[in-house]
Amino acid sequence: MNVNSLLGKSLLGICCSLLTGAAIADKWSGNIAAEILTFPKKPLSEDLHDYYLSASVENEYKHQWDNGHQWFNFKSFFRGNQYDSRRSHFDIRELNVGYAGEKWEVIAGISKVYWGVTESQHLVDIVNQTDLVENLDTEDKLGQPMLNIAYVADQGTLNMFLLPVFRERAFLGKEGRPSTPLVVDQDNERYEADIKYHDLDFAVRWFQYLGDWEIGLSHFSGTSRTPELVLTPTGTTSPPLLTPVYHQIEQTGLELQGAYGAWLWKLEAIRNTGFSEHAYMAAVSGFEYTFVLESGVEIGTLIEYIYDERGNKAPTQFQDDLLFGTRITFNDVQSTQILAGVITDLDGGARSYNLEASRRLGSSWKVELEARGVYDSRPGDFLYSFRRDNSIRLNLALYF
Amino acid sequence: MRNLLKIALSCTTLSLIATPVFSEAPTDQGLTIATEADNRDNGFGDFTANLKMTLRNKQGEESIRNMRSKTLEVDGDGDKSLTIFDRPEDVKGTALLTFTHKVGSDDQWLYLPALKRVKRIASNNKSGPFMGSEFAYEDISSQEVEKYTYKFVKEEQVDGEDMLVIERYPVDKKSGYTKQVVWFDKSEYRERKIDYYDRKKALLKTMILTDYQKYIDKIWRASTMKMNNHQTGKSTTLSWSNFKFSTGLSKRDFDRNSLKRAQ
Repeated sequence: MNVNSLLGKSLLGICCSLLTGAAIADKWSGNIAAEILTFPKKPLSEDLHDYYLSASVENEYKHQWDNGHQWFNFKSFFRGNQYDSRRSHFDIRELNVGYAGEKWEVIAGISKVYWGVTESQHLVDIVNQTDLVENLDTEDKLGQPMLNIAYVADQGTLNMFLLPVFRERAFLGKEGRPSTPLVVDQDNERYEADIKYHDLDFAVRWFQYLGDWEIGLSHFSGTSRTPELVLTPTGTTSPPLLTPVYHQIEQTGLELQGAYGAWLWKLEAIRNTGFSEHAYMAAVSGFEYTFVLESGVEIGTLIEYIYDERGNKAPTQFQDDLLFGTRITFNDVQSTQILAGVITDLDGGARSYNLEASRRLGSSWKVELEARGVYDSRPGDFLYSFRRDNSIRLNLALYF
Repeated sequence: MRNLLKIALSCTTLSLIATPVFSEAPTDQGLTIATEADNRDNGFGDFTANLKMTLRNKQGEESIRNMRSKTLEVDGDGDKSLTIFDRPEDVKGTALLTFTHKVGSDDQWLYLPALKRVKRIASNNKSGPFMGSEFAYEDISSQEVEKYTYKFVKEEQVDGEDMLVIERYPVDKKSGYTKQVVWFDKSEYRERKIDYYDRKKALLKTMILTDYQKYIDKIWRASTMKMNNHQTGKSTTLSWSNFKFSTGLSKRDFDRNSLKRAQ
């Protein structure tokens, strides 16, 4: 299949859609937001700051025709940030055309897909690169150019992806917080394969819904979205840098979810090759139990166990960890929600906490509060370098 | 004598025939009315509509939600429905997919457009409020006959109109109600008023259904549903508009992929 001609066709489709859709003004939506990110503890380095102000704009345009079976989507994101220019960024999250028939679905252009069922870790989700400068929760993603063909049958949905462009992971700069002890040298990233300008990755996923159970099986073949950070000396007087190295990997993923009354049982597991000679396994599994109070307030209890076969060699905080969390949905007029959790490293005892709360103000404003950080970390723990980077983030957004 | 016997016999025969009609157990009679109401609503195929929800608190302050809904009738099982949110703006594009089942709990998924994530919803949240309104999830989901047991209460006239009054009791223990009292009009078997009793058996809410209109020559739909909460003084008005029937929707418009296209 000729990728260039496909891209050409999709671009043509986009232009046509823009022309046809130009007359409809109410398809625009999005939000503008002001954010303050504060760090109550004194930083480890003098380059770092106590607070960072920033503003963001998210714009979305949607147009559908043919009874919603054909569409054009555009979504862009921009953030301007104080001090750390690496966090100031613009991204096209979506720019795609799509068609949904009775059996087939095709999406061409920049898009985003989400795979997975668990909350503490998103192991299986691999198609889009994480927008790590936007938020460390790894839930923001960069737009990924793709050709996505889906076949929908009673035996499940088979999704095939052709991913022609690789997007590097962005890291915060020298003045950005939370900071790694060494600066990530993101202008000199290395690739295992010579893919810088002509990467072509593949992914496939089969998904089926069987009453109370849902199952997903996926495989990804291509450039790892998560780089290995390799220590690179820069001389005798200057500190070494961390160089991102992107390996070629094969990753097979499994998602399983069972819904029984108040219980949601979840499992995500991956087998990944490429980081060393041996493939490794990682998994996260647990449950969410939800009950409703007389007042209508919904309270969810989340417990998940996270495992990584690489143990302490894993370039992640999660290798033998336990999440205890709660999700409180107030079901009130302002849609107040709280999600809070503590992840404990069973191997070392270091803990990280995360609290996210949000509430609508009036009809179009929304305020979000996030607090996250680490405690009980000791030298040698993965989290030790973040011990002074506990943060509180306040975001006020106007939606339109 | 012979004549007397004849009369006596025919009386017996008459009473034998008449018995099921006049002394039908209240439970059977309640079920008969609910089944008739359900039958009259069968055969709509599919429909789409716009919804506007006006939430009012005790002080009379209002907030508005706008949604669109699509519903597909399923042979032998409960309906499938898709609700897409347009307003408030911060939840624009959020979509709720429900597969109702005649027996057992419903299946529900919520699509979160910012994450592009489809989340399964645990099935016991049916008693929770829908979007902060006075409507619970179970009030707005498809009302299947099998979801309740019934008892006929009485016939009465309301504003000169003949009404059939029944009580229904939710089968599912997760329901927020112990009892509902439903007024059907005798002429078309349309729900006109429902009283909801909470788990403490106290009167919680009353829904009044008005502005009924007939579609495709047989299906009646109320354009206005007003829910009053007697315990909190809050109310929610649900206004339906732009009903379209037989729009050619298929089950493909009610799968997980369709959630992502919903807008």
